[in-house]
Amino acid sequence: MRVLRGAGPPVAFAALVVAAWALLTAVTGIPESSLPTPGQVAAALWDDRAVLADNAWVTIGEILVGYAAAIAVGLSLAIVIHASRAVERAVYPWLVVSQMVPIVAIAPIFVIWTGFDLRPKVMVIALVAFFPLAVSTIDGLKAADPELLRLLRTLGAGRVTRFRIAQWPAALPSVFSGLKVAAALSVIGAVFAEWVGSGEGLGYLVLTYNNQVATADMFAVIVVLGAIGIALYGLVLLAERLVLPWYHDERRAL
Amino acid sequence: MTLEARGLGMTFAGGVTALDGLDLRVEPGEFVAVVGPSGCGKSTLLAMFAGLLTPTSGEILVDGAPATSLLGRAAYMPQRDCLMPWRTVLDNCAVGLELAGASRRQARERARAEVGRFGLEGFEDRRPAELSGGMRQRAALLRTFLAGRDLLLLDEPFAALDALTRRDLQDWLRDVAEADRRTIVLVTHDVTEAAYLADRIYVLTERPGRVALEETVEPPRPRGPEVLASPEFAALQRRLLVTLGFA
Repeated sequence: MRVLRGAGPPVAFAALVVAAWALLTAVTGIPESSLPTPGQVAAALWDDRAVLADNAWVTIGEILVGYAAAIAVGLSLAIVIHASRAVERAVYPWLVVSQMVPIVAIAPIFVIWTGFDLRPKVMVIALVAFFPLAVSTIDGLKAADPELLRLLRTLGAGRVTRFRIAQWPAALPSVFSGLKVAAALSVIGAVFAEWVGSGEGLGYLVLTYNNQVATADMFAVIVVLGAIGIALYGLVLLAERLVLPWYHDERRAL
Repeated sequence: MTLEARGLGMTFAGGVTALDGLDLRVEPGEFVAVVGPSGCGKSTLLAMFAGLLTPTSGEILVDGAPATSLLGRAAYMPQRDCLMPWRTVLDNCAVGLELAGASRRQARERARAEVGRFGLEGFEDRRPAELSGGMRQRAALLRTFLAGRDLLLLDEPFAALDALTRRDLQDWLRDVAEADRRTIVLVTHDVTEAAYLADRIYVLTERPGRVALEETVEPPRPRGPEVLASPEFAALQRRLLVTLGFA
């Protein structure tokens, strides 16, 4: 019920935007190739449903594998960096650099290395999505109460035990913040990776429709991509509620 | 166990000397209070007894022998309750048992057996955020007791509580300490609290802290509220306060 009530305002806002959009196209008579009406987009969604579904599954697969890779890389880097001051000093600056290098320049290299299959997509997604997760996890691991860590030491807890009992649980809210940002970036990464080198997927479909000036169909693809992004984000949110009930209870109590 | 500090000193890396030449002795089963102005190094002293800090001079003797590592020998209760918000009250209290190697179930069972005495009945499965300040402190004390050590080190356990809750918890700690005889070192800045609960009191000087006064409290504990009103008790409190610099 809480979720349904929470969905009210954003749905109402979306309805408002769609209404304004419909009004705009009706009043200005703007051509379909520039801005299709909501009705035309809906029609394109229906007419293209088979193509959209086929390509959506491809993109969803890339996103899930890429996201999983980003999580694996992001979390393990964060833990290693947290565990070792030497690794932090040696590696952390290069993580930042990895985000400074334009992905546009790197993605074609991935394609050269690996070809047109799933691998370059996973690499692009992991590269754009691991960073916010790693950074927020590192910050979260630092956030554990030092007094609690001292207390655990007096109770005989070694480094690994302190990590398991105190630092990791304390970091989880930050980990989930990172997971949410990474989820959104995974969708962007997948579309971009398909632009660089792919013969299928929703990103590829956007390019194809763009070349045909099939604007309503392009909008339809964007709607599907948005839905995928929202669904992934929703799953992360759901997992957060399940894993961190204490965190939400505490914040409600405030 | 017998705990003894000989010429104990602590100078931090920044050059601040918290303690200098402190001598102190705690007999087995004794309740010793350490009173001092804030910043006199009482928390530093407790951290050294807990094995978290190594003294820069002097030594700590346990049962007459120099202690190499005190870590894990005493149950330490820091100033803040340090309850983990993601664990239930019961699992917070049982953490010491868990770390000592008990299974989670065993640890919970043993903790559950004690919640009544610690006034936490009905709150075992709540999270710390749902508890009042007094109950949180009780849960922290239960965690300290359940660590299963002979020596308890309590760092101003009631400092953050309102006056009424503090009185209540002092009476309660008195009863628990009576029923469950362990060696207790209580650090406090509350003269009345020290005189009410302890067998013996050390008053420390301002930083760098050393012993300014040692007093044995009469009559022996446990003491009731009537003691608080006695002239002897008033005189003792006065001596403590004068030592602390209040005329």
